[in-house]
Amino acid sequence: MRIGLFATCLGDTLFPDAVKATAILLTRLGHDVVFPPGQTCCGQMHINTGYQREPVPLVRNFADGFGDASIEAVVMPSGSCAGSVRHQHRIVADRYGDATLRAGVDTVAAKTYELSELLVDVLGVTRVGAYFPHRVTYHPTCHSLRMLRVGDKPLRLLRAVEGIDLVELPGADSCCGFGGTFALKNAETSTAMLHDKTDNITATGAEVCTAGDSSCLMHIGGGLSRIRSGTRALHLARILAATRTTPDILTKASV
Amino acid sequence: MSTFLGMPAPPPRSPYGTGNLRGDRAFPRAAHDELGNEQLRRNLGRATGTIRAKRLSVTGELSDWEALRDAGSAIKTDTMNRLPELLEQLERKVTERGGTVHWARDATEANAIVARLVRATGSDEVIKVKSMATQEIGLNEHLESVGITPYETDLAELIVQLADDKPSHILVPAIHRNRDEIRQIFRDHIPGVDPDLDNAPAHLAAAARGYLREKFLTTKVAVSGANFAVAETGTLAVVESEGNGRMCLTLPDTLITVMGIEKVLPRYQDLEVFLQLLPRSSTGERMNPYTSLWTGVTPGDGPQDFHLVLLDNGRTAALADALGRAALNCIRCSACLNVCPVYERTGGHAYGSTYPGPIGAVLTPQLAGMHAAKDDPNSSLPYASSLCGACFDACPVKIDIPSLLVELRHQHTEQTGVTPEKLAMKAAAAVMRRPALYAAAQKASALGRVVAGRDGTISRLPPPLSGWSDSRDTAAPPRETFRSWFSSDEGRATLRAAAAERNSDHNEEDAT
Ligand code: SF4
Repeated sequence: MRIGLFATCLGDTLFPDAVKATAILLTRLGHDVVFPPGQTCCGQMHINTGYQREPVPLVRNFADGFGDASIEAVVMPSGSCAGSVRHQHRIVADRYGDATLRAGVDTVAAKTYELSELLVDVLGVTRVGAYFPHRVTYHPTCHSLRMLRVGDKPLRLLRAVEGIDLVELPGADSCCGFGGTFALKNAETSTAMLHDKTDNITATGAEVCTAGDSSCLMHIGGGLSRIRSGTRALHLARILAATRTTPDILTKASV
Repeated sequence: MSTFLGMPAPPPRSPYGTGNLRGDRAFPRAAHDELGNEQLRRNLGRATGTIRAKRLSVTGELSDWEALRDAGSAIKTDTMNRLPELLEQLERKVTERGGTVHWARDATEANAIVARLVRATGSDEVIKVKSMATQEIGLNEHLESVGITPYETDLAELIVQLADDKPSHILVPAIHRNRDEIRQIFRDHIPGVDPDLDNAPAHLAAAARGYLREKFLTTKVAVSGANFAVAETGTLAVVESEGNGRMCLTLPDTLITVMGIEKVLPRYQDLEVFLQLLPRSSTGERMNPYTSLWTGVTPGDGPQDFHLVLLDNGRTAALADALGRAALNCIRCSACLNVCPVYERTGGHAYGSTYPGPIGAVLTPQLAGMHAAKDDPNSSLPYASSLCGACFDACPVKIDIPSLLVELRHQHTEQTGVTPEKLAMKAAAAVMRRPALYAAAQKASALGRVVAGRDGTISRLPPPLSGWSDSRDTAAPPRETFRSWFSSDEGRATLRAAAAERNSDHNEEDAT
């Protein structure tokens, strides 16, 4: 399948390893990964902070970049960006765009998936040939869980990883406290939420806490690093891309 | 927008400075103090955790729970779409049955109406059923100011009133207090209470009961709120757990009910839906212990003088907002508070309003506006959420609170002038819309490496990012972006190897 990869602004700029892992994984599964070079950002940060005029060009840029009919599916290693594309671009297009934009947005939204959705629902795989002999706990990020309803797809993928020791995270459904600019505007409340999350993670004794969003992992990983916990935050794509021949090559704390 | 003759003025918000729809500090500031209160966080964590679990178990046992939610949502949406007509029908029916209906535009009018009605009875005290509407308009404070003493009869409201405190939860107003604190409040404020009173729930309840019984039997006027009003029949409904409400609704001679206009339901039959949704969502009970229904006046039975005060106080303004009006569907069950991770840490007082938690964060700014004054604390409320969505999942009438929060944030930024944040957002968008500029900015961000420590982490950032770095490390930006890796020789080689790996040893993919 010809799959358009959206790196997300955060992934492209700060956490490229998770995007590389996504590209490697899909290529290994036999798919043709294309990277429309004009892509930048989905505009979620703007929309969630209360700005809907400013991201209009971003929404248009996204719809144009991925609108190409030869791209059969669009994937991104981020539940929140996928949620924004599927649920928020429409709002922006209706308010400040035109009918053409709305049509473009609808076309792209219909073929946009977060990584675990693409693998399980579209490509029909749960066993991706990964090998990751570590103790891992999984945090279901809020937007994957409640906006996209990915359900247990990430867990099904993880359970099929060879060598993995998957441990349940207490209070898994509770928000980690990231919330985009919430982490700055309400830093103290965000921190209180983060502390409960990192306490729960360290209680599992896991070496790795994984999730489907680099943004939440940046927050959780930043908290784990600050308390000098031995647990690392690692994007789900990196676990799924690791094999016996090419284990996770990537450096510490790079989500 | 220019205004010209003949154009309808937007409906008024609840006026600034009256009632309890606005705190005196912005949310982050108020939350700061509450977050420092360990006792509060323990009390809240325990209480909300317990209610959450109970709610899930009783909603899970109904096979038609989702259908009930859909029905609740549909009935409420229909109600809002024809609110004027339903309210007029309600007025007609209540009047036909011997009640008197009063219309109050805002808190000041509602308070004046109630005070006048109480005075007309010759009484200088009233007993009260727990009521959000009267808390919203600050009725107790107003009555006291004109020499009428209000007595709260709901146990938790009584605790709050005796302690000269404010409720912090829609349904469990004293959720921020534990038993030891309550014992102390009773010992300090209930006249003649046993000085050796301990903190056993039964003993605390008995102390309150002794105090309240006398009030029930001697007070001639009661003030209540209403959970529902049925337009078709003129019936009012109060749902409660203790029976103290029923005492208020039946023993006095005069009953004055203050009700937000959004509480009306079209048909008697609709109660069937809401009397299932409400208790299960709020206290996690299958049915609440007391449901009181009354229709006007029944000669020889119950209060012989009944007044219904219909309160607007910003509700038509909320109704006029095409997207925001969904917040008026709220039945005040408090399920959203009990699942909210922000509420769980900060408590209700941080929101400054009678309506705390997720629904408060949308309803309060809608009723009272966000810009009555510069730095209006209400303008901080839509941001008091991580948008985790737990509230939407829990809401029995499916109010999409996260989307409403995002909408209100947008309305707020549209109403404010130029701010540093707005400039930054515009600048970011201007860069992100031009791929070449964006790629250059990405390169510049790699400069962040210079501030990283030897271990590749950044532990201190300048304002406004210092709020982040106070508790979180940041990994140094990578040397190379994804896009440059993807088009590099190394990137191409890696992907070629990945493709070859598949060709050599597959098919691994199976149909698990
Ligand atoms: S918004 Fe929904 S969950 Fe929250 S109090 Fe209202 S009805 Fe209950």
